[in-house]
Amino acid sequence: MSPSVRLQEMIRVIRGARTQGEERGVIQRECAAIRAQFRQADNGTRSHNLAKLLYVHMLGYPAHFGQMECVRLIASPRYNEKRVGYLGAMMLLDEKQDASLLITNSIKNDLSHSSQYVQSLALCTLGCMGSAEMCRDLAPEIDRLLRASNSYIKKKAALCAVHIVRKVPELGELFTPASRSLLSEKNHGVLHGAVVLITELCERNPETLEQFRKAVPELVQIMKGLVMSGYSPEHNVAGISDPFLQVRILRLLRILGRNNETASDAVNDLLAQVATNTDSSKTAGSAVLYETVLTVMDIKSESGLRVLAVNILGRFLLNNDRNIRYISMTSLQKIVQTDHNAVQRHRGTIVDCLKDQDASVKRRALELSLALVSAVNIRSLMKELLLFLSSCPPELRAHTTSGIFNAAERYAPSQRWHIDTILHVLTTAGGDVRDETVPNLIQLITTATELHCYTVHKLYRALIADISVQSLVQVACWCIGEYGDLLLRGECEETEPVQVAEDDVLDALETVLQSHMSSPATRGFALTATMKLSTRITHNVDRIRSIVSIYGSCIDVELQQRAVEYNALFKKYDHMRAAVLERMPVIDKSSPGHTNGESAGGSIKEMEPTKRTQEVVLPQEPANQVCDLLDLLGGSGEPPQPSPALSTTALGPVSSTAGGDLLDLLGGLDVTPVPPSVIVYEKNGVTLKLQTDRQTDTGMTITLTATNSTDREITSLTLQAAVPKSVQLQMKAPSGDVIPAHGLGQVTQTVLLNNPNKVSLKMRVRVCYTSQDFVCQDTVQIDSFPSPAW
Amino acid sequence: MLRFLLLFSRQGKLRLQKWFTPVTEREKKKVIREMTLMVLARPPCSCNFLHWRDLKIVYKRYASLYFCCGLEDQDNELLTLEVLHRYVELLDKYFGNVCELDIIFNFEKAYFILDEFLMGGEILETSKTAVGIAMEEAETLQETMEEYMSKPTY
Repeated sequence: MSPSVRLQEMIRVIRGARTQGEERGVIQRECAAIRAQFRQADNGTRSHNLAKLLYVHMLGYPAHFGQMECVRLIASPRYNEKRVGYLGAMMLLDEKQDASLLITNSIKNDLSHSSQYVQSLALCTLGCMGSAEMCRDLAPEIDRLLRASNSYIKKKAALCAVHIVRKVPELGELFTPASRSLLSEKNHGVLHGAVVLITELCERNPETLEQFRKAVPELVQIMKGLVMSGYSPEHNVAGISDPFLQVRILRLLRILGRNNETASDAVNDLLAQVATNTDSSKTAGSAVLYETVLTVMDIKSESGLRVLAVNILGRFLLNNDRNIRYISMTSLQKIVQTDHNAVQRHRGTIVDCLKDQDASVKRRALELSLALVSAVNIRSLMKELLLFLSSCPPELRAHTTSGIFNAAERYAPSQRWHIDTILHVLTTAGGDVRDETVPNLIQLITTATELHCYTVHKLYRALIADISVQSLVQVACWCIGEYGDLLLRGECEETEPVQVAEDDVLDALETVLQSHMSSPATRGFALTATMKLSTRITHNVDRIRSIVSIYGSCIDVELQQRAVEYNALFKKYDHMRAAVLERMPVIDKSSPGHTNGESAGGSIKEMEPTKRTQEVVLPQEPANQVCDLLDLLGGSGEPPQPSPALSTTALGPVSSTAGGDLLDLLGGLDVTPVPPSVIVYEKNGVTLKLQTDRQTDTGMTITLTATNSTDREITSLTLQAAVPKSVQLQMKAPSGDVIPAHGLGQVTQTVLLNNPNKVSLKMRVRVCYTSQDFVCQDTVQIDSFPSPAW
Repeated sequence: MLRFLLLFSRQGKLRLQKWFTPVTEREKKKVIREMTLMVLARPPCSCNFLHWRDLKIVYKRYASLYFCCGLEDQDNELLTLEVLHRYVELLDKYFGNVCELDIIFNFEKAYFILDEFLMGGEILETSKTAVGIAMEEAETLQETMEEYMSKPTY
């Protein structure tokens, strides 16, 4: 029997094994036979034995005892043994094995072999698994082969050089001269290898990149030749002549043209030609077009070309082939920041892709839709996103919810819409939302004062429907505790009011308290809400007392502590109960009717040592007040992100964080030599100065300083600012809100302005303060800013 | 560059593996397992592209074999589909109407063809005919050698 049949015989036997155990037995026997054969003297069957071992290895069985045999076979003068030996080396040896060093010498000898096929074996193995030492040793050989050999060897030497450069980047300089001359070859294989090598060299070394920019005209010529050439049977794929080479050249042109005007200009025509002439009905053509689009977007191409590229992507979006739609969305994602308007035109198609069956396409469509959200399309786009959320695959839900929240925060057209959206998300996918959602939503609800009634009605309905979604339940409990009186009143303008009795509300809260589905944090919310209701309802205070005293012996330490403290509130401190449990101060300090927000906050702070307080609300000046002023300017620029200011009781004791922050700020004030400052407002003894701390092309940092020359201190100082539409504003927290009298102290506030479109900066500042029990409010316009001093 | 190329059957049996970067045996097994799980779980008419760790995965099914490869960020996925198709064409030309059994029983030939087409994760030869010619010439070299098998090496 001829040996090679025995290999196939063995494969047949192994495949015939009916169970895993039988297969293992067969393989063990064969491996033993192979090992024995390896130990024997050469009998002409070594290569077949190694081949059998390689088959066994592919099935997943250990084959390390074949490594030395590979080394021996590689050293053999026979071609078929070398061939299998090298194959074995590529499969069994890698640079981590010691045996791989032993083949270095064989490779070296074979690189100078008279037969090109032996040379090619050595090149292939070196290019596949050569370690750094081997590469260093053999690099000069490879360089020699790059220059003086036939095209069959040249192309292999080129890719081997690529591997060497990847392993030992310093050797790149060795190959640079040879690779330049390879560009004049006619053979496509060599040309392709040369382009890959040059790409690798340019990516690793900026100087080499500079050098090869001179080769751009040559590359353009080659590319033109490919595009305009007639049918070539050897290289033709679906009507495109050698798409593999075309794509590689385009990729190299991208790297050479990036950030360089001259190179980019040189390729503009070519790219336009390729974009218009390439037939994209089959994948090969689409691949070339895709690479062209990537190149156009990455270099400094002219705007007409960019528009053409985006249109190509738009065409791809309408293609029936899912792969092409996927590719198009990936590319649009890359350019959505820079060419936002162009991508917006295709929004409809992208949103349709959300409904695609394929999970990869859905994911891409989601990313792109979230990137396309803007103030103009927020309502319609949010409808689509919410629809998507109800049917989206589970692995995408968390990402979708956080994307929706971000979009809602930035572009919400009204507070009611914002609250509705968040509630919708919580009911649909409440289990997949971020942790900060609950405090964020609560903060939002408190600011929407007109909507308290509406909100509490909606939340109550949601609560009695389903108490399994923790985030929703927590918010609902908080609201019911806070605004329970509005709920019980039974009237509401915005929505159908519920007619509930106090008992119903308490039942709902008690259900949450007792349910095994509620997490400890949720139960904490429910208990606190029940307690708060004691000041908002009239008849069932005793019921509340009994609930609270029951939980005084709860196993959960947090609940127990709360219950005990609330009990104390009932028994010993009943006179304070109303004050402690009154309505939470709204975060928006400037809204009328809440000037005693400070005092309520103050009283809570005093009680701190004896009572566990509820959420202390930080003065959240920047975000919501700026929203007001932005309306004044008639624009609807993006309101800066409101930072989550609430710390919930669920997370632990709440110290007077408001005071803490102020103290931090005083520590953070810069003490620099005084740059020139401009007085922007002076009235009633209050002076407001502006100085520029830092100024760049696209932004500046300014500090507003307020001083007081009157006899009495100025209190409740707030500064609000508004800027033109495209400018982004961020106001840091002020150093305080009380200006001592007689100029003995000052209040400072830092403002960061980001002006990416470099419009002329103007700012309107509203100053609000209480002086001698008189509330003053003024607005000043600042048209020019002083230059910073350095 | 391609990081790896795997061929496996509908039952998840590996028929060919080519790794273009040094990978430990354990890691190889892990990757193979994850690839087979991911690709075999895909419904029939899905997109051929996936995302896994930091790689793009391109796969295509030809009859009973799945061809699956891992790409780096800069690589062109559509072109890789063409690469896979070209490899299948080369196998078809060499074996004459190739089927899975051909690749099972002549796996070393499949590797040799692959080594004439790809090297170091990059395309080596773009001409359809050149690979076939190289294989033929290497075969003649092999036969001549086998005739002189009687001479021992050492």
